Amino acid sequence: MKKLIFTLLMSLFVAGQAVAASGGIHLDKVEVDLSDQASLQRGAKTFVNYCLSCHEAAYMRYNRMAKDIGLTDKQVMDSLMFASDKVGDTMTVAMRAEDAKRWFGVTPPDLSVIARAKGTDWLYTYLRTFYLDSAKAMGTNNSVFKDVGMPHVLWQQQGYLTNDHSEHGLTKTSEGELSTHEYNVMIKDLVNFLAYIGEPSKIQRLALAKWVLLYLVLFFLVAYPMKKAFWRDIH
Amino acid sequence: MFSSLMNWVDERFPATKMWKEHLSEYYAPKNFNFWYFFGSLALLILVLQIVTGIFLTMHYKPDTSLAFASVEYIMRDVEWGWLIRYLHSTGASAFFVVVYLHMFRGLIYGSYKQPRELVWIFGMLIYLALMAEAFMGYLLPWGQMSYWGAQVIISLFAQVPFIGSELALWIRGDFVIADATLNRFFAFHVIAVPLVLLGLVVAHIIALHEVGSNNPDGVDIKKHKDKNGIPLDGIPFHPYYSVKDIVGVTVFLFIFSLILFYAPEFGGWFIEYANFIPADPFKTPEHIAPVWYFTPFYAILRAVPSIAGSAFPGVAAMGLSIVFLFLLPWLDRSPVKSIRYRGPYFRFALVLFIISFIALGYLGTQGVTDLYTLLSQVFSVIYFAFFIFMPFYTKADKDKPVPERVTFK
Repeated sequence: MKKLIFTLLMSLFVAGQAVAASGGIHLDKVEVDLSDQASLQRGAKTFVNYCLSCHEAAYMRYNRMAKDIGLTDKQVMDSLMFASDKVGDTMTVAMRAEDAKRWFGVTPPDLSVIARAKGTDWLYTYLRTFYLDSAKAMGTNNSVFKDVGMPHVLWQQQGYLTNDHSEHGLTKTSEGELSTHEYNVMIKDLVNFLAYIGEPSKIQRLALAKWVLLYLVLFFLVAYPMKKAFWRDIH
Repeated sequence: MFSSLMNWVDERFPATKMWKEHLSEYYAPKNFNFWYFFGSLALLILVLQIVTGIFLTMHYKPDTSLAFASVEYIMRDVEWGWLIRYLHSTGASAFFVVVYLHMFRGLIYGSYKQPRELVWIFGMLIYLALMAEAFMGYLLPWGQMSYWGAQVIISLFAQVPFIGSELALWIRGDFVIADATLNRFFAFHVIAVPLVLLGLVVAHIIALHEVGSNNPDGVDIKKHKDKNGIPLDGIPFHPYYSVKDIVGVTVFLFIFSLILFYAPEFGGWFIEYANFIPADPFKTPEHIAPVWYFTPFYAILRAVPSIAGSAFPGVAAMGLSIVFLFLLPWLDRSPVKSIRYRGPYFRFALVLFIISFIALGYLGTQGVTDLYTLLSQVFSVIYFAFFIFMPFYTKADKDKPVPERVTFK
């Protein structure tokens, strides 16, 4: 019975994930890889060119990013810094919150931890499912974020999709500069980058993990025989 | 040299005496099993939470306009800040895991029964303080779940008849959860409640050491002593249980580290995803769920229907569900302590109770549907029935004979 109760207690933790913000919509899966520096660099480029004009990542510093994604401070200053002039600055934008609210209906959220709030699958799907909707002020709507205030910023790359409200929903009606596959890769890199800025210290966290665990295993190999030795005379 | 120094100290402070009383000559039953690791682990986590908490307060800002950003500052710019924060956030959930297992141990081996009623009462008070501590700590990151979770819990106080809304106002210090609330929760979380907790932990241990530890057989080891007055089945806590607990600590830290390093949010159970969105008083999240350790009680709260438009019955039921735990030593009429020698009625009741508690915990995380409400009601009834009928089924139970001495393989 002890085992039964123990199993029941433990099953509490594997009963499934706590509710994430998908709202029941099917999300496409994406694998993020923080060790893929080339991907992170491409994602950073997309981010500063297309996101960082409206959205901030006000907790993320340029020089921290440089170090983590394998660039020099100079490279970042030359090609990734448009909104700031000190490499130790955080990724803020000049747009005033009031203006943004007037233009888009809402202030574009800070993206520092968006990947942690929404999940990478959600972002990957969201950024690929804008479709034409003449009823909206921006001319587009989104499959996973209905009536979103954000326009389809990457229309030049993806082209335009329409929603025929069928099973899969979206079909391409005008070609962009990129093929569907190339666009998917671009978004994957961007999501990878968003995952990175969500928690830059994850790189250190994962690097440290195995050493801590190894230490504990070695410590166990000392602690357990010690216990055995002390308890030898207890009957 | 050392002994003369110790003599000097001992003449002025009972250092050696205390060491002997509580460690080297505290005789614990030799048959402690797996379930007996969780007391020392709880103590370890208490220290961990205090130490990491001190370092967090060095960088955290209890101000609604700065709090969320200061947590991210800790996560990014403070040296090892991410590790300290995750130790603290994982530690909070680990504390409850360990405390729940510790309480479960008390339940299966009857550790709350005479003469350990006060050990149990102090333990329950620790549990209450811990819930207050966790609740107030959860507001501090000032995320959406911090805000709306606190909103839900404080609004429970508003359900108290007559004085409710005044009471809620008094707790918040404002008409909504705001800077005043954050500041006072911070004060309670870092000073007031930890002081109470430490005091209670000392009382819990002193009470335990006064009467001695129970054991998996639930027999009194003090009945059989050798000529020096030492229990025959007792062994000094130090070194025997200190070396054993070190092994337990190592295994615990391994599991703890696995979570901390590979899944610190633990799939949204330890850090909810919505808490990465800064608190927004104008935007209610679709789904508000308390952190997992509160969910059984939250499910009981929601299971009870409102009467005359007042949700107070639910709040009262939730309060009662904890009050009953306090009464356990007097509800249990069995002469037998340990589950090993209990009869079938108690065993059956306990299994039902554990299933109900876990089921309620799950239901508390889910949105409201008719089926879930019905299930919550069924499991709430079982939860309360466990206590209400306890005097009868424990008395009528067909207990087995208890051995004279502990069993030890």
